[in-house]
Amino acid sequence: MADQTLDAKGLNCPLPILKAKKALTALPPGGTLEVLATDPGAVKDFEAFARTTGHELIESTTEGNVFRFVLKRKA
Amino acid sequence: MSDSSGAKRMSIIVTKGSLDWAYPPFILSTTAAAMGLDVTLFFTFYGLPLLLKDLDLKMTPLGNPAMKMPMMGGHMGMPNFMSMIPGVDAGATVMMKDMMKKKGVATIPELRSLAIEAGVRMIACQMTMDLFEYKLEDMVEGIELGGAAAYIEVATQSEINLFI
Repeated sequence: MADQTLDAKGLNCPLPILKAKKALTALPPGGTLEVLATDPGAVKDFEAFARTTGHELIESTTEGNVFRFVLKRKA
Repeated sequence: MSDSSGAKRMSIIVTKGSLDWAYPPFILSTTAAAMGLDVTLFFTFYGLPLLLKDLDLKMTPLGNPAMKMPMMGGHMGMPNFMSMIPGVDAGATVMMKDMMKKKGVATIPELRSLAIEAGVRMIACQMTMDLFEYKLEDMVEGIELGGAAAYIEVATQSEINLFI
């Protein structure tokens, strides 16, 4: 169970990334954030976000038309 | 801007101020900032209205041959002469804003606030501010005034420099 959930469903690029970044900074290092999105571009976006920032993308799954990402704030 | 963080840097010269052209600089700058880059936006000429406190962004299909709106199951463009008819251009702007609202696209005021909040440096070109008689008080808070040399300095220190 992630420490926090961000519902970004119905939001288009770049809002899912921007809101996730904001939520992540509010978490303690090692904290996890679950992001729910309907924007298909979010899949590649979160992968790129994780690679560039060093925050870890622990999970990236699809449930119906909802994409679910779990990010872990870097130390 | 400190160099010690090792962060990559990006600068964008913003020269256009219509509703559609407002998006690229604000989307790129906010996303880059979210990904750890130091970003500077340099607003000049028709990009200056994007800094006004009260934004009133418009769009036109005139001279925009690639602009085809999703309508009636397909994509439809508008013949240039239609822009002569009162209300048509305003209608295109309204249609675009409605489409964006329906599809969860961020508004420009929202993206602009996020950019300022994220520490994106916003510089307004002094010369074109004077040229078009824009007053600093009419502009949003948190911007600086600068000239070409100020921009060039930023550009020499940035890995990514874009002209929009």
